Amino acid sequence: MTRIRLNDVLLVVAPIFLALFFTTVILLAVGASPWDAYRNILAGAFESPEKIADVVAACVPLVLCGVGMCITFTAGQWNVGVEGQIILGALFATWVARNLLWPQAPVLTLMLLAGMLGGALWGVIAALLKIYGNVHEIFGGLGLNYVAQGLAIWLIFNPWRPADGATMSGTDPFPDPAWMPRLAHLRVSPLAVILALLAVVVVYFLLRGTRWGLELRAMGKNFRSAYLLGVPSTPRLLTAFAACGALAGLAGAIRCSARYGRMIPDIAGGQGYLSLLVALLAVSRPQWVPFIAFFFAAVGVGSPRLELNMHLDSSLGGVLRASMVLAVMMVAGLRMLLNQRRARAAGETPSQDVVESGDAAG
Amino acid sequence: MRVEIVDLHKHFGPVRANDGVSLTLETGSIHGLLGENGAGKSTLMKCLSGYQLPDRGTIRVDGQTVVFSSPSEAIQHGIGMLHQDPLDFPQMRVLDNFLLAFDRRMLPNRRRGRAILRELGERFQFALDPEAEVTSLTIGERQQLEILRLLALGAQVIILDEPTTGISAPQKIKLFATLRRLAEEEGRSVVFVSHKLAEVESLCDRVTVLRQGRVTGEVEMPCSVERMVVLMFGRHIPPAECKRVELGPPVLRVEQATIPSYRLTVQDAGIEVRAGEVVGLAGLEGSGQRLFLRACAGLERVAAGRVHLGGQEMTAAPYRRFLAAGVAYVPANRLEEGLVGELTVTEHVALVNRSGPFFIDWPATREQAMAQIQHFNVIGRPESPVSALSGGNQQRLLLALLPAGLRLLLMEHPTRGLDVESARWIWQQLMARREEGTAIVFISADLDELLEYSDRIVVFFGGQMSAPLPACDTTVEQLGYLIAGRERDKETR
Repeated sequence: MTRIRLNDVLLVVAPIFLALFFTTVILLAVGASPWDAYRNILAGAFESPEKIADVVAACVPLVLCGVGMCITFTAGQWNVGVEGQIILGALFATWVARNLLWPQAPVLTLMLLAGMLGGALWGVIAALLKIYGNVHEIFGGLGLNYVAQGLAIWLIFNPWRPADGATMSGTDPFPDPAWMPRLAHLRVSPLAVILALLAVVVVYFLLRGTRWGLELRAMGKNFRSAYLLGVPSTPRLLTAFAACGALAGLAGAIRCSARYGRMIPDIAGGQGYLSLLVALLAVSRPQWVPFIAFFFAAVGVGSPRLELNMHLDSSLGGVLRASMVLAVMMVAGLRMLLNQRRARAAGETPSQDVVESGDAAG
Repeated sequence: MRVEIVDLHKHFGPVRANDGVSLTLETGSIHGLLGENGAGKSTLMKCLSGYQLPDRGTIRVDGQTVVFSSPSEAIQHGIGMLHQDPLDFPQMRVLDNFLLAFDRRMLPNRRRGRAILRELGERFQFALDPEAEVTSLTIGERQQLEILRLLALGAQVIILDEPTTGISAPQKIKLFATLRRLAEEEGRSVVFVSHKLAEVESLCDRVTVLRQGRVTGEVEMPCSVERMVVLMFGRHIPPAECKRVELGPPVLRVEQATIPSYRLTVQDAGIEVRAGEVVGLAGLEGSGQRLFLRACAGLERVAAGRVHLGGQEMTAAPYRRFLAAGVAYVPANRLEEGLVGELTVTEHVALVNRSGPFFIDWPATREQAMAQIQHFNVIGRPESPVSALSGGNQQRLLLALLPAGLRLLLMEHPTRGLDVESARWIWQQLMARREEGTAIVFISADLDELLEYSDRIVVFFGGQMSAPLPACDTTVEQLGYLIAGRERDKETR
């Protein structure tokens, strides 16, 4: 029993040290002080209330997309089309903001709902391509990301062109009611934070406590068995992609409404890919997503400080995050290998282990 | 080249696939290796061709002891194997496949390769286009490519594992002519692994028969078919006395069904199964019985013919409609397609409860799982992941998950890999269901099991379904003949 617990702790601690070790080696190689670098990142993220608010705001899309991807990961799907789903959500929300000149509450509600609809639509297309077109969801998702990007640029440079000419800085700012209210002078919207936390709770209970979540888990672990046991795979795939897409679309709507106040070509800003890493680290457990997202956001907000103070490239933060994901996967893979080897050495009598642990638990 | 295998052992856990097998292959002869599924033929040949290391035992090539740790070491000593599924790269051209095998340099010499391929092809009258893609070839042509590849690699001993499955009759004639020529004119040795008596009879010089991992006999050909059948299946107790069960109305009716697959097509299969009846499907693996069983649950496409369920047309219906109509399918590979290894017993109980509420009541489901565990004697706990249960307990759980009042229960190998106690318990449960009027159709490789529990048995051979045999008038020997593709009557008349 103690050995298993030790393993679990190692799975969390070892990758952190491995990733820190790796970035430290890089820093030493370029002749920078690792200590100063890490201190600068920390200071850049937490030195003032404004910075902390930025970190929290940066968390929101990561949390929304991260828990969304927990749904599709649970169903065994590599939904890499989240980036495109964010863009579609932002586009739908922008349409509402530009066309419905209503008071703030209905406009914002409609923008968020439209964003979810747009993202869900894009997710469902990827699922349909997979189910009826035999297109693997990775390729379908990647392709749709480019289509979404193209669509956004066309809209910004043609029908939604500002009066003084189109630029990469996007459309005209939204009318005031379409801006999400912020907390005093800080760049964080409390409503967005509440929505993100709500998403975590809802997805947690959907995956844990409902037939739908159980069926997605069965499909993700063993598609053929789930099918023979009677899980209706087509509707479950569609709803999983729709749910993930809706959350990503919500993130897109929040980004254009709360962060930029307009639609810009780079509205997704790589958040979709970054949240893929968040979901990977969370091993599809929604309750872990906020913490991992917070760490990722802090590194993201803090790293530009490296450039200012140490003349290092801020992409070092990206290296730190990515090497952590690689380290986690490596440690997880190693652990699985060790377990298999141990099972083989023990003469393949896994049933005994369970009886033992079961007794201890009961 | 003379190859001796002496006292070879290969165990997989408790299964003794080869249990002290000795065999000598003489130069220039065709040696048959005969036995039913699981007799240990493939294991023995995999050890000989370097795919597996034997646990114990010696292999000698021309008197010298050799140890092969990979197929390429075996081929260096002149031993090559043609697998049942050709080991080629379907998306590549014939020539590339050929070069890949024997010209391992950075820049293979395509011209030389093409010349060798043509020369070898002409020698055996194989018309293979070097530029054709392998996907466009038939299985027979892919085999020809494999044979040429092995010859180009200098194979002196060529092992063929069930080579006649899935090839046409003219290709078979050509294959046999080629094998004879390889042995008689070129002095190579051929090992012909098969379960088909007629083929072994017409081709081989000597035959070794394996049963349950041991050699039960080695005979010079010609030899009586009867003797080979006895060696293959062993002697058995006389059939159990007949038990008459009141049968209900027809449940399943299949009419002249054609069920195609890449390797094998089931032709013209038809049967009517009545409520409370047990029908056994016999045949060596890959003879069509699994295709047929899966088609009865809508898991395989029926290209022609009809499937009726209780008078309702179900021919093109999807699996879900069969499920809703009270059909259950229990596969043989429990962890691959029956259960979800990572989910717990409780989660399985919740999963199959299709009418349950959207929000799962976990405490109540756990109670239910506990009750099932007790009722079905599963050794495990509600929170045990299913992969941690033993095979017998997994099978018990699968039965526990089946809904009550099934109309038709379809099972692949209900007791394969189970100990005697578990197997008997499983059949008690199945018989109780049959009493309640469930029709049962099952596949088994165990002739005793087929004869003991079925009311009627059908035998599959090469995609053909035999007429149903009443189990109580059938002997193990008769079944053995049919399974190996021989009609006993023709033989004795």
